[in-house]
Amino acid sequence: MTENLNVYAVRTLTQKEYFAPGHRSCQGCAEALAVRLVAKALGRNVIIAAATGCMEIVSSPLPFTSWRVPWFHVAFENAAAVASGIESALKVLMRKGKIPPKKIVTLAMGGDGGTADIGLQALSGALERGHHMIYVCTDNEAYMNTGIQRSSSTPFGASTTTSPAGKVAMGQVTWKKNMPAIAAAHNIPYVATACPSYPMDLVQKVKKAAGMDGPAYLHILSVCPTGWRSAPELSIKLGRLAVETGVFPLYEVERGRYHLSIDFPKLKPMKEYIKLQGRFRHLTDSMIEEIEKRVHQEYDQLKEKAKKGV
Amino acid sequence: MTKPESEWTWKELTVGNVVLEPGNASQYRTGDWKSLKPVLNKELCIHCGLCYIFCPDMAYNLDAEGYFIADLFYCKGCGICAKECPTGAITMVVEEEEK
Amino acid sequence: MEVSIAAAEAVKQANVDVISAYPITPQTHVVEHLSELVANGELDAEFFCVESEHSALSVCVGSQATGARSFTCTSSQGLALMSEITYIASGLRLPIVMIISNRTLSAPLSIWNDHSDVMSIRDCGWIQLFTENGQEVYDHVFIAYRLGEDRDVLLPVIVNMDGFILSHVIEPIELIEQNKIDQFLPPYQPLYSLHPDHPVTMGAFALPSIFAEAKKAQEVVLRSSIPKILETWKAFGDMTGRYYHPVETYQAEDADTLLVTMGSCGETASVAVDKMREEGRSVGLVKIRLWRPFPFEAFKKATLRAKQLVVIDRAMSVGACGPVASEVKAALYGEAQKPDIYNFVAGISGRDVAPADFIKMVDKAEIEIEEGNKEGYEIYGVRE
Repeated sequence: MTENLNVYAVRTLTQKEYFAPGHRSCQGCAEALAVRLVAKALGRNVIIAAATGCMEIVSSPLPFTSWRVPWFHVAFENAAAVASGIESALKVLMRKGKIPPKKIVTLAMGGDGGTADIGLQALSGALERGHHMIYVCTDNEAYMNTGIQRSSSTPFGASTTTSPAGKVAMGQVTWKKNMPAIAAAHNIPYVATACPSYPMDLVQKVKKAAGMDGPAYLHILSVCPTGWRSAPELSIKLGRLAVETGVFPLYEVERGRYHLSIDFPKLKPMKEYIKLQGRFRHLTDSMIEEIEKRVHQEYDQLKEKAKKGV
Repeated sequence: MTKPESEWTWKELTVGNVVLEPGNASQYRTGDWKSLKPVLNKELCIHCGLCYIFCPDMAYNLDAEGYFIADLFYCKGCGICAKECPTGAITMVVEEEEK
Repeated sequence: MEVSIAAAEAVKQANVDVISAYPITPQTHVVEHLSELVANGELDAEFFCVESEHSALSVCVGSQATGARSFTCTSSQGLALMSEITYIASGLRLPIVMIISNRTLSAPLSIWNDHSDVMSIRDCGWIQLFTENGQEVYDHVFIAYRLGEDRDVLLPVIVNMDGFILSHVIEPIELIEQNKIDQFLPPYQPLYSLHPDHPVTMGAFALPSIFAEAKKAQEVVLRSSIPKILETWKAFGDMTGRYYHPVETYQAEDADTLLVTMGSCGETASVAVDKMREEGRSVGLVKIRLWRPFPFEAFKKATLRAKQLVVIDRAMSVGACGPVASEVKAALYGEAQKPDIYNFVAGISGRDVAPADFIKMVDKAEIEIEEGNKEGYEIYGVRE
């Protein structure tokens, strides 16, 4: 292989782990990896409000916790509201001199269900109110914790336990909800997509989000071998393929201005991504072509936005 | 050492069931879950750290010689490290049952 | 001043740190006045309007866990929407104070007063208090914060205020000097809080093998908070001369028939009791102030000597009977000698219950009991 010093970049990251091993996620869980990297990027001066979901369950079985930073779980749909409360409390307590002034990041974390579906209201409210917080959505594209049921983030054609591929149905019939666009429509300072297969990019984006003077939204693709019916060792490769085929482009929206984090002269064929996942195994070639067409269309639209700087 | 939940009496619980010891989940041996374990060929290792950064279970630690070594106490045997290693220095082998 | 305004003034005087608001009739005047106080710099707090009541209480949970004294206020549908979080707030032992401007639950939609909203969260684990007039609403904000924040309690508290009947009326309110309040209610010192200097995990999930222990701990705390409640009321009384009790009586010591009420209609009932006493009838009044934890001992003490109880519920458990009557019956069941009980549901959706109505209810109850009516339950004043 040619000299690729980029592989050494990860050595520049802190070795400290704020998310402790011993958590109960499945083997090969890229969502746990995403959460690990987010925690690494933010360090110890953070307070996390988490929604019910895989990451909450695997990390907090009483009386144990995987968290080495303050962490609070309340309910499924209100991570953004709880985070709003935390952020406001920190503000007023520091202002009144009840706690010493210090930069503490407020982070809300939810899965795709807890963000795009049941949590959308609280998220929209928090973004509109302009709290200084980061909202991270770890998107494994279904309600994985309760048994792989579909969410509005489930991609078109995926088979889930409530949108199964059967004799007359072909899996999810709706297109994945565009959460980053919804977040960006709130005119917040920073929106970005990330994937743990690109760890340096993810960490950099989280740090950037922490430095914003207003709400930031990060949408992180989290490969789930259990739910996607893929081999656990492929979680990083699949995340990379999602980006390389244009299914999950990496980009940022800073105050409405789009830039792609990485572009490819030619997107890889959709089939390479799809064939590694059991949840798509029922798709015919023509369906895959249809999906590919739409993915390319959306990718081109994204590139246009980025070119215009709009 | 935090004792398992089935041994706690109601009086021992904290107010609001707050967990006071950060990261005490690290007592739990997730390494029992694996059937494959990673084996490192040091001659091929270029010390890049990709195995360490891609491990969802934080099972890799840097040793004094500069190699990243898997902590089998936590390693679930997912195989990501072996798959991502740029030089193929890691192979997954079946873990023998302890006698 | 209007009672809602007095309530908001109390929140200001209590030095609340975070207020989350979502408007719903008849709570609106409370949050509107609070927002004015903040806008004019009279109250240094983070006040913000959230996008639903569910978020309103969620925000308070987040801010209280971080160590800020938090407040919210709601009614009816809003309370129903946030009901999920009420159970969580008490399980997490966060001493939030919430004023409920009691309003009936839909359907049919109605903005007027009754207790069906707070009755729908009977089991939520909060300390729940009822008030009869504006002064009591004002007073109980301070009482609620001091009580809830006490290290031996650490529970959220609900102060019930009848919607419109109390919230929107103008009454004379004796305000307490700020320095007295500051002495009565010191700043909030959380036992645990979210801060990087001492990272804790709150809201962990519990397996069946530990859940019962967690609930037992919570139950013991709520039940054993009664001495603290009494202590707090005594301290408040020593400061202001207004003493409150879990169960209050009016002309009840020798009465054969006792009216049992909860909330603002207690004052109206006392007028009816006076009238009936003038006519030589042996009637008295027992008013329940503490709803949860239910004051079984105090209630028995006040009522066992009577021959019959006329329990007035301002809510219904549709398909069973009035919630207060259920509790009353449970309280008295184990006693060898106990009064007969007749239960009226009266005043739902704010329908007026005048002194004459109380007299009619007592008359009806006495007749029904004498005729051996076993069911002992009816909705008063329904047009057939």
